[in-house]
Amino acid sequence: MEATEGTIRVRLFARYAELLGRDTLTLTVTLPTTVADVVAQLRRTLPAAQALPERPLTAVNLRHVFPESPLSDGDELALLPPLAGG
Amino acid sequence: MTNFLTRDSIFIDRLLRAVASPEHGGTCLFIGTVRSGSDESAPVTDIEYSAYDEMVEVEMARIVDEVRSRWPVARVALQHRIGIVPLGQASIAVVAAAPHRDVAFQCCRYVIEEVKRRVPIWKKERHADGTAEWVDARTRTAIA
Repeated sequence: MEATEGTIRVRLFARYAELLGRDTLTLTVTLPTTVADVVAQLRRTLPAAQALPERPLTAVNLRHVFPESPLSDGDELALLPPLAGG
Repeated sequence: MTNFLTRDSIFIDRLLRAVASPEHGGTCLFIGTVRSGSDESAPVTDIEYSAYDEMVEVEMARIVDEVRSRWPVARVALQHRIGIVPLGQASIAVVAAAPHRDVAFQCCRYVIEEVKRRVPIWKKERHADGTAEWVDARTRTAIA
């Protein structure tokens, strides 16, 4: 598949938002790509992101996904700290 | 605010009315409240809850649909409070009603367990000594 460029909106919450000092950022990525690839890119390019786990809990477009899940242009990827609801 | 989230006190009676029906002989109510914790030297004074609002809405709706599919005779309602919840006040309420108590108990348990397992809500415990930390519910330990 030919490589193209895409944009992923990354949402951060709770402890992760505190670590990075922001709750949203936009990444330009090379498609095709996966959740794991984007997390790795984030950890490589933002020093503060190195404190994030290599395999955090993740959701794409409001649905829990595994790190191997593919991403498409315009997707919203959320990095979720350990859940503590209820 | 969404259907399932509130920044105000949870009105239990509204949830009870939402599931009431002449066919329902059994109603089960679960309330999760903010407790002081096991560390007596730094008791919890309140908890700050935060959420991925849009996904909470979708995920809780999925849970309700799952109950409907698995126990068609039952009806459930739930609400989670976010923002600062003081000690002793409710952070979540789940109500399940069914013709008989067995299904009501099962549904109520299913909902609260699924909320804890997959709904994106986080909590920061705040203590009397001024400290605060995020809670990892998997280990029930404070994390940095």
